[in-house]
Amino acid sequence: MDVAAKLSILADAAKYDASCASSGTEKRNSRDKGIGSTTGAGICHSYTPDGRCVSLLKILLTNYCIYDCLYCINRISSDVPRARFTPDEVVNLTLDFYKRNYIEGLFLSSGIIRNPDYTMEQVVKVARTLRETHQFRGYIHLKTIPEAAPALIAEAGRWADRISINVELPTPEDLDKLAPEKNLGRIRTTMGVIGTRIQEAKAERRESRKAEPFAPAGQSTQMIVGATPTPDRAILEQASSLYKEHRLRRVYYSAFSPIPSASSALPLVAPPLVREHRLYQADWLLRFYGFDVQELTTAAEPDLPLGMDPKLAWALRHPEKFPVDLHTAPRETMLRVPGLGVRNVDRLISVRRWHRVTLADLTRLRVPLKKTLPFVVTADHQPATIGGARWNAAVRPPRQMELFAPEPSVFSGQL
Amino acid sequence: MLRQATFLPTFAGWQKAARAALLAETPPDSILWQEIGENQPLLDLAEEPEPAQPARSTVKVPKKFVEVATRVACHADPQRWALLYRVLWRITHGEHQLMEIAVDADIHALAQMDKAIRHDVHKMRAFVRFRTIEHEGETWYVAWFEPAHHIVELNAPFFADRFAQMNWSILTPDRCVHWDGKDLTFTEGVPKSEAPLEDAVEPLWQKYYAHIFNPARVKVHAMTKEMPKRYWKNLPEAQLIPELLRKAPTRVNSMMAKSRASAAVDFHPAPVPESDDWAVVKKAACGCTACPLYKTGTQTVFGEGSWKSELVFIGEQPGDSEDLAGKPFVGPAGQLLDRALADAGIDRQLAYVTNAVKHFKWVPSGKRRLHKTPSPREVAACRPWLEAEMRIVKPKVVVCLGSTAAQAVLGPEVRVLRDRGTFRPSAFCEQTFVTVHPSSLLRAPDEAAREEAYRLFIADLKKVAHKMSAV
Repeated sequence: MDVAAKLSILADAAKYDASCASSGTEKRNSRDKGIGSTTGAGICHSYTPDGRCVSLLKILLTNYCIYDCLYCINRISSDVPRARFTPDEVVNLTLDFYKRNYIEGLFLSSGIIRNPDYTMEQVVKVARTLRETHQFRGYIHLKTIPEAAPALIAEAGRWADRISINVELPTPEDLDKLAPEKNLGRIRTTMGVIGTRIQEAKAERRESRKAEPFAPAGQSTQMIVGATPTPDRAILEQASSLYKEHRLRRVYYSAFSPIPSASSALPLVAPPLVREHRLYQADWLLRFYGFDVQELTTAAEPDLPLGMDPKLAWALRHPEKFPVDLHTAPRETMLRVPGLGVRNVDRLISVRRWHRVTLADLTRLRVPLKKTLPFVVTADHQPATIGGARWNAAVRPPRQMELFAPEPSVFSGQL
Repeated sequence: MLRQATFLPTFAGWQKAARAALLAETPPDSILWQEIGENQPLLDLAEEPEPAQPARSTVKVPKKFVEVATRVACHADPQRWALLYRVLWRITHGEHQLMEIAVDADIHALAQMDKAIRHDVHKMRAFVRFRTIEHEGETWYVAWFEPAHHIVELNAPFFADRFAQMNWSILTPDRCVHWDGKDLTFTEGVPKSEAPLEDAVEPLWQKYYAHIFNPARVKVHAMTKEMPKRYWKNLPEAQLIPELLRKAPTRVNSMMAKSRASAAVDFHPAPVPESDDWAVVKKAACGCTACPLYKTGTQTVFGEGSWKSELVFIGEQPGDSEDLAGKPFVGPAGQLLDRALADAGIDRQLAYVTNAVKHFKWVPSGKRRLHKTPSPREVAACRPWLEAEMRIVKPKVVVCLGSTAAQAVLGPEVRVLRDRGTFRPSAFCEQTFVTVHPSSLLRAPDEAAREEAYRLFIADLKKVAHKMSAV
């Protein structure tokens, strides 16, 4: 099988992983030798018609796998065509693509062949060859196998900018059901070990630039959404706990999308893209807006509403917190106003030191007035009585509007 | 009086002219900004006499203004020079904090221009596509790009950092930049026809692009928002977009249809009764359809032996003979196990013998039914039966024969060759032991290897015998 045929199969096999970020790592260049650079900011070199960016060459080393995770296209019981790259083929493909400016680097994952250690060795070998033999200074993201030996995970972290282990499903019960070989406890233990090592390496690097880096862009994970009936509340609780306990950089949510020869235990429907979008918004609220996971959903309604963003939903449950006076409110209160993003909040705080905030100012900052005005007081605006009939009419978004066309904030995460 | 400021249309050129105008206290609405080419003489400033007593000797502005102005100077809008001067004037005439007021009309306009430049710079870094040519015996990477603004010089160091050890050129209609491994040089813009037409690696890149696309989640708006159509003509992969979109619905439909067809091959929880009566459980197991193997196996081969036994052997799955007999370990491997147990001093009659999977999995090979290793999913589907057997027998020692059994009991990390011969706790039993499956002895390449393997197997079984006498 030639490289082109392998590439087709092994890109097909990799596309269900949402992560493609190339940001947040150390600054490097290749002025002295080698090839490549990183600036800390990621670059998306292309976009496919599914709206996802192409930043890294995202492939599997092989899609042969001894595991049988039901949601996965590469599970042993699936009848997809199989292929296997040699480490050198991956290295050359990465360099060829990089030199033509198609990509920021490599995101390498693999099906489990023979056993976890053997597989991890092969993955690490690709990264080592790129870094040592070719002095590759671009971005490398390695998927880690939780069952692999600690020494191999340590070496992966040495060569990679980011390492990740996918949680895949939000609860241990979901995993037992769909991925019998995976174990949430073991995954989280390994994440804990990696997280500790990342923090140590950071501290060592602050002391001395000669200290060896360890996954300077941190670790991330992915959860599949909609393959099991688990509600958003459990998904967000898992995410929040991952952020807090293991300081993950990112949790990706991937709407379960029908895969070739799927099991009937899985929903054979269009992927729940709006739900995925709401989860990303909620994720942003957890990380940048000071929301606690318990505030985003209620026990009675454990799923995020699809028809409105989660911040608006929270505001509607808490009319007593409004209106917010944009001249006097502290930052954390302003962050909770529907329609105000982090950047606009900071701009307003800067502006209000010098003059009174007006509606014209909000327009200039492109604040969505319809959404925001019922919740704020400005120099020339006072909203209708909170909770009154006029207010209620103003805050309820038309039901169907967003169901099939998520607003642009899906991509920026700014609410 | 209107003052005409002629200057080179670069940040440095404007800076010089602006400083002179500011020193002369010329208000913004009294200046006409006049761009000139590199070879034209500067008319204005040199000829105008400096005011006898300048109102100020130095111009101090916030660092942020200089940063923004450096970028905005690259904007294509001819009005940028007047805007920059107006902001500079206001900053130096009582509005020192002006840059902080994002909602001010001038600052807002400046921010919009700055944003456009940063966007253009970013998109150039993203969308430049090099093609290789041979030039004087060396490989050169040459790209064609059409920036919206005059950003080539601003952006060149980024490419030099990244591709420092390559020779490359980026050609644009505005400016061209070249890197020979040592220096950046800039030349006049050229037409697209100067750029190479193809590259040997591009078909691979297009293949990758087509295959990383998931047809089940089409979001065209999301794509065009970040990759506007105006860039498409110079992106080799973008040529595939119409075709990918056209075929997406058909691909998804056929994928779903195929899934529905294969959905008959399916798994559901084994119907294990809660009873502790071995016979009741065995009877239920005989009707098990938890995984598809019941369709091809002749019958369920449940565990056998004393269910009051303290010792349990777990194998992989019944083989051809076991499938026909309905009893575990009666074929060639079973006979070998009997012999080995006798040699190790263990009475098989006192043990309970079973398998991780209770149906025979096979593939046809001529007239024979060839053993096939059960998948982890089949093992998982069958595990409730094993759990029930262990619940009833409550063994003091469990021996896993081979990898399938070991992993079913101890989890996927266990390795038979690494972990054989030692006792460890499992969910079923405090003393769980791992050794090879007797069938592996039958597969040994020659007599010597078989004898050696048998010797090791007996050594393992003797440890079990020893443990049995201890517990």
